[in-house]
Amino acid sequence: MSVFNQSRSTIIRLIIAGIFLLIVAQLVNLQLFSNKYKALALNNAVYPKVKYPDRGIIYDRKGKAILNNTIMYDLEVTPSQIKGVDTNYLCQLLEIDTIEFKKRVVNAIVKNGRYRPSIFEDLLAPLVHARLEENIYKFPGFSLVERPVRTYPFQAAAHIMGYIGEADSAIIKRSENFYRLGDFVGRSGLEQFYEPVLMGKRGVEYMIKDNKNRLVGKYENGQFDTAAIAGRNLRTYIDIEVQQLAEKLMRGKVGAVVAIEPKTGGIIAMTSGPNFDPNLLTGPDKQKNFNKLFLDVSSPLLNRAIKGQYPPGSTYKPLGALVGLDEGVLTSASGIGCAGAYYGCRRPVKCTEKFAGHAANLRLAIAWSCNSFFSNAFRLAIDNPKFKDSREGLTRWHDYLSRFDLGHRTGIDLPSEDGGNVPDTAAYDKEYNRSWNSCTMVTIGIGQDKLLVTPLQMANAVCIVANKGYFYTPHFVDKIDGETKNDTLLNKYRRKNEVLTHIADADFETVISGMQDVVDIGTARVAKIPGINVCAKTGTAENYRMIDGVRTKLKDNSMFVCFAPRENPKIAIAVVVENAGFGATWAGPIAALMMEKYLNDTLRTERLKEVERISNADLLPGYLVREQYKQDSIRAYNWFKMTKDTSVIKRFLRKSVPKPEEVKPLNPVQPKEPVGRVTRLSPEAILPGRQKIVSNSNTYQA
Amino acid sequence: MNQRKPEISKGIDWLLVWLYIILVSIGIMSIFAATYHEGDPVIQTFLSLKTDYSRQTLYFGIGGVLAVFILLTDSKFFTATANLWYAFGIGLMLLVFPFHTDVKGTQSIIRFGGFQLQPAELCKVFVNLALAKYLSRVETNFSDTRAQLIAAAIAVFPALLSILQHETGLALVYFSFFLVMFREGLPAAILIIGFSLAVLVVATLVVDPNTLAIVLTIIAGAAIFILRRQIKRKRRLLFMIAGIWFVCVGIQRFAVPYVFDKVLQPYQVKRIYDTIGKDYVPKNASEILEIEQKAGKKTKEDGDYNVKQSKIAIGSGGLVGKGLLKGTQTRYDFVPEQRTDFIFCTIGEGFGFLGSFALLGIYFLLLMRIISIAERQRSVFSRCYAYGVASVLFFHITINICMTIGLAPVIGIPLPFISYGGTALLTFTILLFILIRLDADRQMVLR
Repeated sequence: MSVFNQSRSTIIRLIIAGIFLLIVAQLVNLQLFSNKYKALALNNAVYPKVKYPDRGIIYDRKGKAILNNTIMYDLEVTPSQIKGVDTNYLCQLLEIDTIEFKKRVVNAIVKNGRYRPSIFEDLLAPLVHARLEENIYKFPGFSLVERPVRTYPFQAAAHIMGYIGEADSAIIKRSENFYRLGDFVGRSGLEQFYEPVLMGKRGVEYMIKDNKNRLVGKYENGQFDTAAIAGRNLRTYIDIEVQQLAEKLMRGKVGAVVAIEPKTGGIIAMTSGPNFDPNLLTGPDKQKNFNKLFLDVSSPLLNRAIKGQYPPGSTYKPLGALVGLDEGVLTSASGIGCAGAYYGCRRPVKCTEKFAGHAANLRLAIAWSCNSFFSNAFRLAIDNPKFKDSREGLTRWHDYLSRFDLGHRTGIDLPSEDGGNVPDTAAYDKEYNRSWNSCTMVTIGIGQDKLLVTPLQMANAVCIVANKGYFYTPHFVDKIDGETKNDTLLNKYRRKNEVLTHIADADFETVISGMQDVVDIGTARVAKIPGINVCAKTGTAENYRMIDGVRTKLKDNSMFVCFAPRENPKIAIAVVVENAGFGATWAGPIAALMMEKYLNDTLRTERLKEVERISNADLLPGYLVREQYKQDSIRAYNWFKMTKDTSVIKRFLRKSVPKPEEVKPLNPVQPKEPVGRVTRLSPEAILPGRQKIVSNSNTYQA
Repeated sequence: MNQRKPEISKGIDWLLVWLYIILVSIGIMSIFAATYHEGDPVIQTFLSLKTDYSRQTLYFGIGGVLAVFILLTDSKFFTATANLWYAFGIGLMLLVFPFHTDVKGTQSIIRFGGFQLQPAELCKVFVNLALAKYLSRVETNFSDTRAQLIAAAIAVFPALLSILQHETGLALVYFSFFLVMFREGLPAAILIIGFSLAVLVVATLVVDPNTLAIVLTIIAGAAIFILRRQIKRKRRLLFMIAGIWFVCVGIQRFAVPYVFDKVLQPYQVKRIYDTIGKDYVPKNASEILEIEQKAGKKTKEDGDYNVKQSKIAIGSGGLVGKGLLKGTQTRYDFVPEQRTDFIFCTIGEGFGFLGSFALLGIYFLLLMRIISIAERQRSVFSRCYAYGVASVLFFHITINICMTIGLAPVIGIPLPFISYGGTALLTFTILLFILIRLDADRQMVLR
């Protein structure tokens, strides 16, 4: 019987061999010919943990750190390890209730799962951190994690430094996925402009993770790890003490100050009023503070030094004089008899001075800021017999002003600068249907009409005058530590722009003498500094604004430009104080104090009183109060409509709306939660670059 | 010859014993690799029997003791008590119904004290004995259909019980006994038909129904064309071809969809679909729920995930592997059930193609040795029993490895001698050592 089916034994063996061959074939396919499985396994098990480098530090010209790094702490929770935690005690330390506690734990589980740590509370206040540090052993599953944070030891230069924030999808896309979600990048100011330098190089630490994504150790003992390279430091031209002084003086004012070193184009100080302490946007309350600043109608987040566009008013006059002299329509001896107004055109242009001889020659005309003289000078330049018509004259004038670096962005090392406006023939062709003459725009001669400049441009133009024809593009950063040939960011700031050196030195001397007279005998005697020859020009520009839909004339803007010392200019300043009256009343003294501080390194004791006087002066325009009230009440109404929560709107019921110039500013009202889309905007949405300037823009015209 | 041997080692096939020891050692090492975590105190945990590899070593020891006992037993004992054992096994399986404990979704486990017993697993030995006994009876004429049916019933009855206990994987194992019956003279046509049927079912799942129907028709047409001369002589042939075609289309069109719809559990359908790479769309919410529950209980994750991770583990091993304890897939628990059903991943990842190939080689050697042992038996009982051992081992090895490399659906059956699990290891030990015992008496004719 056993012989009977012997052949079947062979068949069974063949079947077994066949199936084993099939298995071997699949093994060959999986193990020898498919490369993807290795990659998949690595992907499964190896987690590249990014090591963030320290960001670069920003120093002022004397080597003091304006912007530094410090460590704050986040409280992290690993939900799977919470066992036997005294929840009540922890809540008490964190000042939250148990409902909130549960909510946060659930959020953490939803976000990162049970086994991985998630942030429970970020950026702990120092006091809370100290309390937790002592007791953290009582809370298994909770741990304190270091987090590097930017700090500003001088509480100054908020607008210049900018801030860092988490990269959003737009930034990630623009960087071609160099940045990842959760990375911190510079979102404005120098932090943004010098991002590649400041951020350094990220390192990677390869960690092994298990099937629940827990990190369980280093991969291959860290042999593939790369260390993080710290960001490089920036050495700037800023004098932090002058900067602090400028910010102090601009307290309670709307406007801007820019101080530049003419020889290098290095910016010594720049501030915009109203100002704020940059540390407000780094600590535990950063979101709250940010909302508060964001909702303030005086726009403290706006850098008016590069975004505020103002008619320069009389501060334009030295430039007008130089154009006239170079074109040959003026000489240093040119004079005009002015009796308080210019009657060359149909509508008279008023002049503040009436006494005879205040415009007997160019120097005097500058010293006394004679409107008649400069209206006339402008018309002479436009209607120059050299040209075939005033069209060519205006083109020529436009060319001159462009050379003064006006009407376009200067290219400062801050993002989102505005360019101002120098009108050309096209602008008037459009408005007057090609029928215009020099009378149409005569007030350009006194820095009004369509002429708009930023405070930065004003300061830069003063530098060109002080340097007698050349300038360096204004910038903050002098050197980058460890600079190499690959650092091209600073190249354009080291190129000398000889834009107007063809103007004769004698012409510059005439104008500069006039500007010195302004301080010595003219309108800006307040700006005198003993022992130093200061050259300056005041400006008082008309200030119009749409209020409640009506174009309203407000108090004049107080403008001031100056440089000193005359012989070897070391500092040039432009100051704008909105709604503050004569140039010599507020803007002049501010510039004078800054010059003195910078040139003498200290202020005379009797001047300290002056600092306090200016600093304490509250010049915020009255319409802001009304505007704030309007905005807050509208927001409160929307909040009420959305949530039926009456707590906020109650404050606005049965209360009369403040009239302009009546009530002093209130703090902006804060709804408890962000309202609608307004506050949920990302910080980027309100970056100076994206925001239309609120306070001035096109409402200024004369 | 019916005298007892003075020493038990006489006649023992040492090659099998060594292969057994090697395989179990590989198993313990693989379980160690799969479950050891860095920093575990090896000796301490080993002695305290808290880890799987130390427990497996204990089972190995128990298996050794059992093996010695088996080798000390008279061969006649097995022939004499075969039917009794079978009855005992069936009894145990029936006991499961009132006394089972729910473990991971199966209802096939009895628990007493700290031990778990899976009668369906153990019953393989008894079925093998009973089948060998039946086939070796003098009065059995296996060419008789009735005898074939009885033999099939002996094998299939525990399988049915197993299915009732929601242990489909183990049930399938009993079908491997058809290989024994094939050796003993079951018509080859049955195996061919079975194989063709399997091909047809797979084709039904993979190929679009209409296309398949057309292909079947073309095949039938071709067959008629090729056999046209014979058909002229024998009309019956034409009817036969037409009949086969009709049955095939019927299966493809109605039988398979019916089985998948009504007979199989949704999670089983999903696993089969996962293997052939098709998306299974559950019909209604209750099915989705059921799939999730089953998947959750069975393997924590769905079968697709297991197979994917398992393929990644084996594929990432490459030619020589990552080395013991270096495999990231197995070390960090990406492959579920990796100490039991998916233990092959640990070898594939740690020792690469060469390691897997070597293991396959050992298995192949084992199977070939068993078959050649079978063929040298004088008694039909021993030969049938040996073939039974080979069939069961072959089925386990094939299905288990094919499952880990994505060639078969996920069926939870262990890899012989290697997977962690006391019952399985002891069952295979008993299975193998009874064979060794019988082989030692190969000159004897056992009835």
